[in-house]
Amino acid sequence: MIFLTVGTHEPFDRLVCCVDDWCAERGCGDEVFGQITARAEYQPTHFQAVASLDPSAYQEKFNAADFIISHAGMGSIITALSMKKPIAVLPRRGHLQETRNDHQFATVQRFQSRGGIFAAQDEADLSKILNRLADGNVTVGQGISSFADEQLIASVRDFIHGPAQTG
Amino acid sequence: MKTKPPRVLAVASGGGHWVQLSRLAPAWDGCDVTYVTTDPGFKAAVEAAAAARGQPQPGYHVVVEANRWQKLKLLRSLFQMVTIVLRTRPDVVITTGAAPGYFALRLAKLMGSRTVWIDSIANAEKMSLAGQRAGRHSDLWLTQWEHLATPDGPNYKGSVL
Repeated sequence: MIFLTVGTHEPFDRLVCCVDDWCAERGCGDEVFGQITARAEYQPTHFQAVASLDPSAYQEKFNAADFIISHAGMGSIITALSMKKPIAVLPRRGHLQETRNDHQFATVQRFQSRGGIFAAQDEADLSKILNRLADGNVTVGQGISSFADEQLIASVRDFIHGPAQTG
Repeated sequence: MKTKPPRVLAVASGGGHWVQLSRLAPAWDGCDVTYVTTDPGFKAAVEAAAAARGQPQPGYHVVVEANRWQKLKLLRSLFQMVTIVLRTRPDVVITTGAAPGYFALRLAKLMGSRTVWIDSIANAEKMSLAGQRAGRHSDLWLTQWEHLATPDGPNYKGSVL
């Protein structure tokens, strides 16, 4: 199974449309399941999709997936890394009004070198990446630990137990 | 004499903010924790995670999801947060954003709580707008990107990854 998620908040028609075209080309729509938000204008015809999933259903889809297709949201990326699932990401762009600014584009520049993250520059690039992933022609990253950097956790912990502030 | 554990209010919107907050959970082991988020569906997972680490069951509240363009929803979210903050009387508020976390932080600060803002790792180029505004109301003000830290804050202490 291949799980497409565009995140909780905003629709991402460009990504859904690109995956739909890829399914048509490759004839693998039966394997794809998408979560595309209630405000999606583009409705895919080659794979099954829902507007939203509650957290446990979302977790189940993530679990069952061979790989993930997603916007470049940190929720999806962190979840994929922690579950050692390869993830193909297409960043939302500010100038296309897909999000408020280009922070997802910046995210991709920072994280694309990490094992298991496959960042697409555009739709054509995404199709190529999806073919590679569907062929099983990739190496999975080493994943991440269950929690944040120990230093960050320790900083927050020390702060919580630190002296009450005077001023 | 046994002292009472600190009361911690941990706040994040659903999606990426929540995923990041969850990765910080060991920081408040041993505390009296209440979570606030925008989706009722995370409750089971958060309770299971607490039980797995031998922690008591945390409190859990849901506020309405709103971004800065949805003024009415924002107002509802603010009023919900007022009730929660007044009821829980936290010693410390910790948030990874976005709008609900900002409200919680400002309200708690007014009541004399100590506050922690951890800007989302999604903001690699510059701090979020809420994060910039939260700065002078935060006792611990963190970015997850070393190159965004400055001597006047925010500070960098590592990331959730």
